[in-house]
Amino acid sequence: MTLTVLASGTPLKVSLAATFASLLLVIVVFELIRSRRLQERYALLWLLTGTVLVVLSAWRGGLNTIAAWLGVRGYPPAVLFAVGLLFVILVLLHYSTVISRLSEQNLTLAQRVALLETRINERLPAPVSAQAGSDQQPAPATDEERAAPALR
Amino acid sequence: MRTLAIVPAYNEALNIGRVIDELRAFDPSLEIVVISDGSSDRTAEVAAELGTHVLKLPFNIGIGGAVQTGFRYAWENGYELAVRCDGDGQHDPAELGKVLAPVLAGDVDICVGSRFAGGDGYRSSATRRVGIRLLAAVVSVISRQRVTDTTSGFQALNRRAIGLFAADYPHDYPEVEGMVMTMRHGLRLSEVPVAMREREFGSSSITALRSIYYMVKVLTALFVGLFRRPVGPLEDA
Repeated sequence: MTLTVLASGTPLKVSLAATFASLLLVIVVFELIRSRRLQERYALLWLLTGTVLVVLSAWRGGLNTIAAWLGVRGYPPAVLFAVGLLFVILVLLHYSTVISRLSEQNLTLAQRVALLETRINERLPAPVSAQAGSDQQPAPATDEERAAPALR
Repeated sequence: MRTLAIVPAYNEALNIGRVIDELRAFDPSLEIVVISDGSSDRTAEVAAELGTHVLKLPFNIGIGGAVQTGFRYAWENGYELAVRCDGDGQHDPAELGKVLAPVLAGDVDICVGSRFAGGDGYRSSATRRVGIRLLAAVVSVISRQRVTDTTSGFQALNRRAIGLFAADYPHDYPEVEGMVMTMRHGLRLSEVPVAMREREFGSSSITALRSIYYMVKVLTALFVGLFRRPVGPLEDA
């Protein structure tokens, strides 16, 4: 059994190519953060992805061992695909929550614009319960934020 | 009682004038706010010319968001009562007295005008009737109270209910979820039978093809909603 695993270990070339590609990812993400085109809060998952892939690509023994644990006998680099795919799914899910939050905030902004525009146009005095309103309105948004803090 | 009529409208320049006239015919002291949901026609202008309050959303945000803008307006400007009446003319303002009565009497926080509660012959396609029945059954089970028309936007609300919907209101097709929300927050809701009309101009936003998508989405939202913590309604300071 051990022999089979060793015989079908990660080829050196594959390891080198994968390491190079993952390193490139880390460098690109780093550069995007450095040049302020990517905020840290959205980059953490990418950096984690890159780092994990670099480690698994460069450390052939580790990849082979993990592949053996997972029962991947034929071709250990397949684990790289699986790990990569997992992270891509995580990143996409994270983006879905980000988009949801943004569209929620966008909607609230549109409503505020309409309300304020009307108040200006009608030159209304300060609304009777603006205080109560503005104090408590963030409540639902906070709930949304509590729902998915882990990915932020 | 300061009462506000909340009239959401998306490209209803042809219908909105009549709706406003009829609202005033029902009660001249009624204040009206028309929410133009990113309309590209003269909806907002027509309403403004007729002297109503107008909330002009900078782009289309959908019926739920539009109606909620109206609730926020009602809340911030201290209205004690609100009625909702769609800008497409399908709701007959002459029927407003029926939905207002139970709220005015203090029996309920929200009263919904139902097309089906009275067995009045409202016509719609067979598939749509099945969908409406199914939704009514689901909502009835969840809320342990029999409802017949979960998609009616013809409603009267007191300040407590206005506060709830100003704080949190579902987005896309809000009436179904809104009904469940109402009852989960301990607000009292009832239905009264009303007659509704076919639209005069234009077409409804729910086409036959979208119905299935609509059902799936609403049922999912209802299911997930069961696991959501209630948010308190806004309270007056």
